[in-house]
Amino acid sequence: MNREEVDSRIRVLIEPFNKKNAEIADATTFAGDLEFDSLTVMDFVAAIEDEFDIIISMNQQAEIENYGQLVDAVRQLTGE
Amino acid sequence: MGETVSETRDLFSKFDEIIQTRETLLASGVEDPFSLVMEKVLSPTRAICNGRSTILLGTYNYMGMTFDPDVIQAGKDALDNYGSGTTGSRVLNGTYQGHKEVEQALREFYAMDHAMVFSTGYQANLGIISTVAGKGDYIVLDIDSHASIWDGCALGNAEVVPFKHNDIEAMDKRLGRIPEGAGKLVVLEGVYSMLGDIAPLKEMVAVAKRHGAMVLVDEAHSMGFIGEHGRGVAEAQGVIDNVDFIIGTFSKSVGTVGGFCVSNHPKFEILRLVCRPYVFTASLPPSVVATAATSVRKLMHAGNKRAHLWENSKRLHGGLRAQGFTLGTEEPQSAIVAVIMPDLERGAAMWEALLKEGLYVNLARPPATPAGMTLLRCSLCAEHSSEEVETILGMFERAGKAVGII
Repeated sequence: MNREEVDSRIRVLIEPFNKKNAEIADATTFAGDLEFDSLTVMDFVAAIEDEFDIIISMNQQAEIENYGQLVDAVRQLTGE
Repeated sequence: MGETVSETRDLFSKFDEIIQTRETLLASGVEDPFSLVMEKVLSPTRAICNGRSTILLGTYNYMGMTFDPDVIQAGKDALDNYGSGTTGSRVLNGTYQGHKEVEQALREFYAMDHAMVFSTGYQANLGIISTVAGKGDYIVLDIDSHASIWDGCALGNAEVVPFKHNDIEAMDKRLGRIPEGAGKLVVLEGVYSMLGDIAPLKEMVAVAKRHGAMVLVDEAHSMGFIGEHGRGVAEAQGVIDNVDFIIGTFSKSVGTVGGFCVSNHPKFEILRLVCRPYVFTASLPPSVVATAATSVRKLMHAGNKRAHLWENSKRLHGGLRAQGFTLGTEEPQSAIVAVIMPDLERGAAMWEALLKEGLYVNLARPPATPAGMTLLRCSLCAEHSSEEVETILGMFERAGKAVGII
């Protein structure tokens, strides 16, 4: 799966969680720009895990602050 | 040599938001819900709080053992015979006869091969979870787990994977995605203390075992009360034999302080040497282990008290529902009845109105609560009389109407 494909699939998943309709770029941060609280993070992570059939452990989540890092992490976890 | 003096960066600035929330709440004139003082304790269910005679409905003292005459006498005898404290670690000079006796009482209570007593329940979770699950292992746990479970995860080096509360399918899927060959520990609770709901352990333990995971169940809020022998939700649902580790506490039904883990694992005893929250702290005082051992043994034969506690829980739950309160569970599932408040302000107002009526409950708020809820959490005691439960319902009705919640 190339980066664009991962990116476009995550973009669909993030929509219902993007309550502010913020523009999503690689530098968009989850805590700051999107104002995700811990419950939103859990539901969003679960949606990604189910979509790609992967686990993103909390240890890995701690390293992911912005959208671009998430796309890269998912790409890596799917074995690309 | 030139020296530059930098301005000290205040490390407390990170607490400003919570300081502000607290000041705003107290500025409304409400009595501080987190600074209550019990000046006198009259019984497991009565105290003088902030100068008022008060019914206690938020103590986790489920079985009312704190003033049991046999328990008190055992503590007094231990103080006389063994002194006020051990001043030592369990693995050095801190294991007295009483520590061995309470561990023996726990082995008999749970019918298990091994028991290990910690200085608090918090440390039992901290120690077992951080030690058993190491680097490269996976901990799969319920998102609504108690702080001591999360802190046990944070202290260790395992990969931490949470799933949605009580969601069997979500747990199953996550276990299925763990890399081949990795060690797996599933961490569950019998009763979740915020809403008082129980876990579907029968299904969850079966799923965990199908994936080859070890299972730890925290039965802090069910011991002494749920299950035929009071061993907890895992006993009640018939899966206790498939649970690898049960964590419990002396600070609820047992009526003192301390924590423990019981297990049938053949290598369990090695934990006494490798579990840091067990080794690097002083052991419980002799009077505490003596009261705990006496209480645990009495809880083996407490069937009538268990039945009365269930009656109390059912009556309070049904009564509050009929008055129009929103509760944490549809049906009473434990000795905890959680009343959901619309927000922190009205929750605090209701808490204060109840206190003025002469009733103490716990005000619980984020981050301890799930989904950002404010709760008035009631925990019943086997020593609450049926009449007291009716009195409590009257207090809730008056306070709820005064604050405008019902």
